[in-house]
Amino acid sequence: MFRYTKLTLLREIGLWALALLFLAPFYFLVTTALKPDNELFTTSALAPPKSPDFSNFVDVLTATGNSNVVMGLVNSLIITAGSIVGLIALGSITGYVISRSTRRWSKGAYYLFLIAIILPGQLGAVPLYMGARSLGLTGSAWGLIVLYTGMLLPLSIFLYANFFRGLGTDYEEAATIDGASKSQIFSKVVFPMMAPATGTVTIFAGLIVWNDFFTSLIFLGGSDNQTLPVAMYYYIGSLVSQWNSIFAIVIVSMIPILALFLFAQKRFIQGFSGGLKG
Amino acid sequence: MTATMQPESEAAEAPRRGGHTPGAGQKTRPRGQGLQFGHWWWALPGIALVFAIHYVATGIGGFFAFTNWTGIGSFKITGWANFEAIFKDPTKVGALSNTLFLAFGSVLLGNIAGLVIALGLNRVLKTRYILRTLFFMPVVLSPLATAYIWKYIFDFDGPLNAFLTAVGGADQAKPWLADPQWAIWTVLVVLVWSSTGFAMVIFMAGLAGVPAEVEEAAAIDGANLWQRFRNVTLPAIRPAVAIATTLGIVQGLRVFDPIMALTGGGPAGATETLATQVYKQAFALGNFGGGAALALVLAAIILIFAVIQQRLTRSNPED
Repeated sequence: MFRYTKLTLLREIGLWALALLFLAPFYFLVTTALKPDNELFTTSALAPPKSPDFSNFVDVLTATGNSNVVMGLVNSLIITAGSIVGLIALGSITGYVISRSTRRWSKGAYYLFLIAIILPGQLGAVPLYMGARSLGLTGSAWGLIVLYTGMLLPLSIFLYANFFRGLGTDYEEAATIDGASKSQIFSKVVFPMMAPATGTVTIFAGLIVWNDFFTSLIFLGGSDNQTLPVAMYYYIGSLVSQWNSIFAIVIVSMIPILALFLFAQKRFIQGFSGGLKG
Repeated sequence: MTATMQPESEAAEAPRRGGHTPGAGQKTRPRGQGLQFGHWWWALPGIALVFAIHYVATGIGGFFAFTNWTGIGSFKITGWANFEAIFKDPTKVGALSNTLFLAFGSVLLGNIAGLVIALGLNRVLKTRYILRTLFFMPVVLSPLATAYIWKYIFDFDGPLNAFLTAVGGADQAKPWLADPQWAIWTVLVVLVWSSTGFAMVIFMAGLAGVPAEVEEAAAIDGANLWQRFRNVTLPAIRPAVAIATTLGIVQGLRVFDPIMALTGGGPAGATETLATQVYKQAFALGNFGGGAALALVLAAIILIFAVIQQRLTRSNPED
């Protein structure tokens, strides 16, 4: 009975109209970024540029100092990749142990992580900053990787633990009978099985770390070693209503994540909807 | 990432795959004997890191909520004075009500929009996956970038006013972000725009779990569209609703980045939220004690709503 009828066609057209309206901000983003300075205030905000101009993008990519975008891009990549590795390594093993253990402490640990997910970060931010500074973790990519790993670890452990709860112990038992050691069981049997949870953790953590502004603003403060959002923030801070230049850097900062999303959109959406059902 | 290990484990698992051997799985797990697989100390680095970064830091921050510390130098313990000050200061009380308005407003509107789109995209549409991708796009953008785009849209010389002028509503054109009455609504629009796709995806996953036969049977029995939604679809997607709303409220109560980029809390505190106030008190105004007290209030509110939300929408209580 769910056939493609005229009504379905109407629904499809209606949703496309809605989608175009919904994505109208992207139209303004692109058209404005391509406007040369002299068109910015002389043409209507709704109109496309008369003579599209890429000089705004050239300016963005050649900026130096703490708004060095290329540097920010590299830093963001290193920090995001490093945090993801840390979150997968620590999250998987911790989630595994606390969900497999039947002792009481593991339940306590589970709630410890659950509550940590919803604690607002601002309360601990200043003590954390002072602690990180005395350990020499501020101003460097390494420091941020440690911080992000610690900050997002509860979420990672939670996702892994929920995944293991739905998984029987058959494979582990079989591997034990075959004579595998505990660490072999984890690395060769369990870890490959949790690929879906690993995918979800990668996507969540990747998005949060890549897009985060507040933490890197505070912990990298002052150094020229900035992440992309902070470089964008500083770059825009020097512009007042120069929307063509502002949008050029906004586009540059968006391209990596949008490209990755469009390339792997199925995994992204599955990660979001699947990881949260547990 | 795990691809290289896959074949090996596949071979090891193959004989047992797909079958639920009687007595296998969770039930045979010996109770009370601790760990059968792995070592308990494997969990130590993770627990230590979370404990240090979340609990120790938050605990120290919580302690300073009861002091007059400025962020450097010495301090005195002042008891509940910081909390009393919060409820006497109209800006902070306003920030509290703004926070609640934005959190509940964005969850309500974002979820309704997400549900409507998910229902629209459910079944037989030819381009549903393309549409799903398009509606989801704002979710992956950084809140900072999103806020800059909307800041231009709501700018006095921006597209919204240009559009209003073009359709003959020039007298409605206003500096949206600088208007004390409208500024908070612009923030709400931005929050809804960036969260709709997320709610939609959760609802689509929930809807996919409703068997077509059940809906067909209801339709044959004469149930109209609303009755079908109310009695068949909605009960089936309750867990999805619970998750989408809980996460939305926790996120909404913490909203910070978009406001800092859009309005900075202005005009005259009209879009100030608890999170922006915490930041300003603790980092900009050198009132760390007051900021910490406010953060403690925020944490308590988040905790309360997360618990209430879980209780209200939980589908099977024994879980």
